[in-house]
Amino acid sequence: MSLMNEELVLMYRKMLTIRAFEEEASELFWKGEILGLLHVSIGEEAVPVGACTNLLPEDHITSTHRGHGDIIGKGADPKYMFAELYGKKTGYCKGRGGSMHIADYSLGIIGANGIVGAGIPISTGSALAQKMLGTRNVTVCFFGDGASNQGTFHESLNLAAIWKLPVIFVCKNNQYGMWTSASYAVSVRDVSERAKGYGIPGVTVDGNDVTAVYEAVHEAVERARNGDGPSLIECKTYRWHGHMEGEEAYGWVYRSPEEAEEWKKRCPILRLEKELLSRGILTEAQVKEIREEAKNEIEEAVKFAEESPLPEPEDAVADLFAGGEE
Amino acid sequence: MRKITYIQAVNEAFREEMRRDPKVFIMGEEVKVGVLGQTEGLFEEFGEEKVRNTPISEQGFVGAGIGAAGSGMRPIVDFMFGNFMYVAMDQLANQAAKLRYMSGGQVNFPMVFYTTTGDMGSTAAQHSDHPVAPFVNMPLLKIVLPSTPYDAKGLLKSAIRDDNPIIFFEEVTLGGIKGDVPEEEYLISIGKGDIKRSGKDVTVVAVGCMAPQALSAAEKLQKEGISVEVADPRTIVPLDKEIILNSVKKTGRLVICEDAPRLCSFASEVSATISEDGFSYLKAPIKRVTREHVPLPFSSPMTEFVLPNESKIIDAIKEALRYENKTR
Ligand SMILES: Cc1ncc(C[n+]2csc(CCOP(=O)(O)OP(=O)(O)O)c2C)c(N)n1
Ligand SMILES: [Mg+2]
Repeated sequence: MSLMNEELVLMYRKMLTIRAFEEEASELFWKGEILGLLHVSIGEEAVPVGACTNLLPEDHITSTHRGHGDIIGKGADPKYMFAELYGKKTGYCKGRGGSMHIADYSLGIIGANGIVGAGIPISTGSALAQKMLGTRNVTVCFFGDGASNQGTFHESLNLAAIWKLPVIFVCKNNQYGMWTSASYAVSVRDVSERAKGYGIPGVTVDGNDVTAVYEAVHEAVERARNGDGPSLIECKTYRWHGHMEGEEAYGWVYRSPEEAEEWKKRCPILRLEKELLSRGILTEAQVKEIREEAKNEIEEAVKFAEESPLPEPEDAVADLFAGGEE
Repeated sequence: MRKITYIQAVNEAFREEMRRDPKVFIMGEEVKVGVLGQTEGLFEEFGEEKVRNTPISEQGFVGAGIGAAGSGMRPIVDFMFGNFMYVAMDQLANQAAKLRYMSGGQVNFPMVFYTTTGDMGSTAAQHSDHPVAPFVNMPLLKIVLPSTPYDAKGLLKSAIRDDNPIIFFEEVTLGGIKGDVPEEEYLISIGKGDIKRSGKDVTVVAVGCMAPQALSAAEKLQKEGISVEVADPRTIVPLDKEIILNSVKKTGRLVICEDAPRLCSFASEVSATISEDGFSYLKAPIKRVTREHVPLPFSSPMTEFVLPNESKIIDAIKEALRYENKTR
């Protein structure tokens, strides 16, 4: 199960795509190009990439309001994501969803969600369907430390446990739910401890170490595929930006600059980059080239989004029901 | 024709559809036994996979139903009581009603939210609501509220086959009433109302448990020489507007009956719709017969005061007939 060099490079490349996507999205937000709420996961890229590297195209994921990373992790094209962020007709959801609601069922991305904790039972149901349909597919459910305080989390872990469902609950513990720290809001030190209450395996890993995330999820995916039920994996990480872009306007001070600086020193991308360089898997020149590639990919995606048409106003009242009824 | 109860009709619809389509399954609290008999015998026939008892976890199992529906199954989610739908409101309002739309129509959620509704008798305010109107105000949820065993079976079977999320309200007070239900298979289209009795003086639109009461009122008024037409939309969303408009065109007077609090009720909505689209037909103001606008109290003198009933329907009909437009 140890990762091949090519896999490591792919993971590196994907993390760079996520980083570039979100840096660009943030900038566009500040320029007023992107409306609505924008939550970026800069600093947390190792979690979706480590987790999704274990998945097959037919496996499912659910994501959250901070979901760009998960969605790219599962194979979404930044082009259609940016189009969605721009509210364009060419976006993944034809402009009906926006940043917090990207889905592509054909890629197994069965939805990000604007309601904290709401994706957890949905992922559980997706796993239930896999089991009932007799596939060997699994569902990975991404959620935050804050969501682990929702009833949906507890109800879903219990359901998944008693029904032995092929679902992997991946908690991105980025230390905060909005502006409240997990050390205040979560009753246990490690969210993974909560697995005990439901009789399922629970582990905590360094969420900035993509290999550690990969390995923990690997084991859980194996368990799930073999019919041995769900697992809870907590990935400790940190979001570099605010809860949402623009929150600085509120003037909240809820974490120290030192804390943020400490975490930035543990950048998951630089960490892997160093490893790739020191092990001679990549040269400096290749690193530069890959970084350039990721940047270009995002630039092209933004261009596509900018050039795409907006939906017609009447599109809002079209295609309301399955079966074509209006 | 064979006569069976409303609950038996529901039970037959579940059984026939589960036999027909292996993707159909039912889950909820105590579905193994079926609190009112609606799932009787299903566990024995289909087993625990398909008749799936859940913990007391409304948000969890409703969300799981939605996830399963979006991933290839056709779940029926049983709430037991309409009031318990509020516990899972996010899953209903923000998820089931919206996910297909918000995804740009990528995926369907073929599922039925099944629940009993209404007051079984002194169940007090947390077990007696008909939470119809809140869901009417949530675009894209279809809503069915049948009043007879025949309608219940035909509509439930169609609901299970529909590719959209549908709330099926089962009238708890009508569960034991018997009616004609043919042996052979039939379906009733979602969104088609039914004239339960024809008349010429006044139109009464009555849904759910109000329909039999309106029919009984009509019977009594017949003896007084008043001819009442009773229209049962059967489906709340989408509403069969035509059947109501055509009836009002004929009678010129409209009374709407619903067992729910008055403000922003389904009755209010029908009233507004007919005022807008059928104003020229009206010879009198539209009357609504609803609950008083309070939570349903426990004690029966108060309960009776709050609930709509046959005599309130009769009063409203007579008022509508007495009205004369003095400005004309
Ligand atoms: C039900 C609900 N309550 C509150 C909110 C507002 N809200 C949005 S994100 C968030 C914090 C979520 O924290 P966490 O689960 O840790 O995810 P993170 O934002 O850290 O990625 C809150 C409270 C919401 N969207 N939904
Ligand atoms: Mg958090």
